[in-house]
Amino acid sequence: MLVRGVALLAGCFIIGQLTGETLGRWLHIDANVGGVGFAMILLILSQNWLEKRGLFAKEMEEGVLFWSKMYIPVIVAMSAIQNVKMALSSGMVALLAGIIPVVICVAMMPLISKLTKHES
Amino acid sequence: MDYITTVLIKNGLIVAFLVVGIIMYASEGLSKTLTNKKLPGSAIAIFAGLVLAYIGGVLTGGKKGIADIPQLSGFELMGGAMFRDFTIVSTAMGASFAIIKKTGLAGVVSLFVGIILSFIAGAGIAFGMGYHDAASITTIGAGACTFVVGPVTGTAVGATSDVIAISIATGVVKAILVTIGTPFIAKYIGLNNPQSAMIFGGLGGTTSGVAAGLAATDPKLVPYGAMTATFYTGLGCLLCPSILYVLVKIFFP
Repeated sequence: MLVRGVALLAGCFIIGQLTGETLGRWLHIDANVGGVGFAMILLILSQNWLEKRGLFAKEMEEGVLFWSKMYIPVIVAMSAIQNVKMALSSGMVALLAGIIPVVICVAMMPLISKLTKHES
Repeated sequence: MDYITTVLIKNGLIVAFLVVGIIMYASEGLSKTLTNKKLPGSAIAIFAGLVLAYIGGVLTGGKKGIADIPQLSGFELMGGAMFRDFTIVSTAMGASFAIIKKTGLAGVVSLFVGIILSFIAGAGIAFGMGYHDAASITTIGAGACTFVVGPVTGTAVGATSDVIAISIATGVVKAILVTIGTPFIAKYIGLNNPQSAMIFGGLGGTTSGVAAGLAATDPKLVPYGAMTATFYTGLGCLLCPSILYVLVKIFFP
């Protein structure tokens, strides 16, 4: 039962990645366009679909929940393999161009948030 | 003694599980004793990861942080794109499709605003720092989007390899800044609900930074931020070498 949940997650993941890669090819760019997003939507929809038919067992959910709990440890490992030394040592251009645009974008956040409230 | 190293290398992924487990345990402890839980354990652990990455880079001179130390090479698999994306997708379980649909338009707007603003600011800084040719300005502007958009764009527009290296460094600086900064600015920008997390994902863009920053802020927000951030790199790779490059060329022929 547990492995069915893991398999469901894996299936959604692979279909999502393939969709993202295909979209990237169509657009003639060397990148995966939204693969993770498609996989997530697929997982949410298939979970709803299975639940409605009473096919979604508790143990299946646990197979997925294990991985979502592994998320932060994976992110810690990801931080540990970044090229931090290069980032800190490649001079002012990289530092400024890495920092200032983020500050400007984040400053836009309350403005765009207002957009949602007007629409909803 | 050699056989110990061999065992560690052969079981790299398991060694990474063990080491990350120890880091997280120690970070939870620090969070409780030093900061009275004000700074979440996960934020300390992610920061510790970055410090380890720096140490790894200094010790080995390599590009993969701590994973360049052979005994810890399993970090490359555990922290690589496959596990990262797999665990991000798994967080969607229980996320609300209704909220995603409702915030969809604002998410799309935030993606375009995030990419175009980052590009303009990055390009402006490149110009201010003495780069006056269209290819270099475009590439560094693209690097201000993510560390993938930078080199993809640089290759497409024919930038020199040192400029491409700077664009990658720019993207990494951005990812690190978003990782560390998000928990601190969250309350000032209203980052406490799924809608704002989606907008944040679109504005921030860098999947690793947004994912790690939100994890340290509130793990419940992760799927929403990741949902928009996942489109950022693709859209950036689409816009930077095309429309944005053409626009830069008008000003710097």
